[in-house]
Amino acid sequence: MDHYLDIFLKSVFVENMALAYFLGMCTFLAVSKSVKTALGLGYAVVLVMFVTIPLNNLIYQHLLKKGALTWVNSSFATVDLEFLSLISFIGTIAAMVQILEMALDRFSPALYNELGIFLPLITVNCAILGGSLFMKERDYDFAESCVFGFGSGFGWALAIVALAGIREKLKYSDVPDGLRGLGITFMTVGLMSLAFMSFGGM
Amino acid sequence: MADKSPRDALFDPIFNNNPIALQVLGICSALAVTNKLSTSVAMALSVTVVLGFSNAAVSLIRAYIPSSIRIIVQMTIIASLVIVVDTFLKAYAFDIAKEISLFVGLIITNCIVMGRAEAFAMKNEPWISALDGIGNALGYSLILVVVGFFRELLGSGTLWGFTVLEPVAEGGWYVPNGLMLLPPSAFFIIGTFIWVLRTFKPDQVEEAH
Repeated sequence: MDHYLDIFLKSVFVENMALAYFLGMCTFLAVSKSVKTALGLGYAVVLVMFVTIPLNNLIYQHLLKKGALTWVNSSFATVDLEFLSLISFIGTIAAMVQILEMALDRFSPALYNELGIFLPLITVNCAILGGSLFMKERDYDFAESCVFGFGSGFGWALAIVALAGIREKLKYSDVPDGLRGLGITFMTVGLMSLAFMSFGGM
Repeated sequence: MADKSPRDALFDPIFNNNPIALQVLGICSALAVTNKLSTSVAMALSVTVVLGFSNAAVSLIRAYIPSSIRIIVQMTIIASLVIVVDTFLKAYAFDIAKEISLFVGLIITNCIVMGRAEAFAMKNEPWISALDGIGNALGYSLILVVVGFFRELLGSGTLWGFTVLEPVAEGGWYVPNGLMLLPPSAFFIIGTFIWVLRTFKPDQVEEAH
């Protein structure tokens, strides 16, 4: 149990997808104007990561990894399909996002309209592909990858909600003209990630 | 958008509608690979190739893609192009490929590529889409090279591997700024770049709330 708790805490704080690895930055900066939208996107990311990382784990462990095809026929023991992992991971992710898009359109049109172009862009949210690649690199088993998927999605959601909170307060401050909006957001994220670097020593 | 002239499609994204500074697309890789000038340039070239071809390809078959599976179709095109570029880099520029290979893979998820396919190539002719792709890639490259230039110069006192500011450790006078080698510094440089850009282009300044 400790082991899983360790993976969870690590993926939320120490190895935060957004603030330690800078993955998923585009959506992170663009959709963090209000806490409400940020929360919506946060849910979507947690959901997509929690589903795709374990799914990709199954694909990797049972189809792509060297010797993984032994269960089909013992003569496949030397087959190594690892070079296909990038394209099959992204295929899984794209399919999941498309399903999510249709489901949201049906059940929550308000959230669907609010997310707009950023919903299809979850596919290209590098945090999600990055999560799958980390899972492969660290050779997690199925249970570990479930915990890792949930943890890193949660960490990303946490970071975007925190940034949205800061940006809502920033509305009341007097920022120089050219820096207003995107410019000051970049600076804020830079400072936040410096702060998160201190978790690295834990 | 439909009647954009070729010139506008190519040059607009560089200053007037820069993908990083205004459209907020493709930032992840801008942070990760820019601690040296050479990797920034290699990354910029790869993105230019992928973006030009993927926009053209998506635009060619845009009438045949059912909208419910368009994301998967676009991803497949982009992923195939990225694998080609990755393999090409490994063959001809192995040293650089080793350093940025992970991020070349992440071009697939660089939202510039997907964003332009979705926003422009799905609605326009192949030729103009290819120009739009190259133009956006140039805007992206500009920022990447500027950030790479400052991070390498201030962080290690070198440019393209050659010593420009001689560091104290080698008997010179320059104390390298370690912060510049850490990813957060890229945020500060891009933030400053946006500030400078918007000082010269006041129409890009965002409305006060």
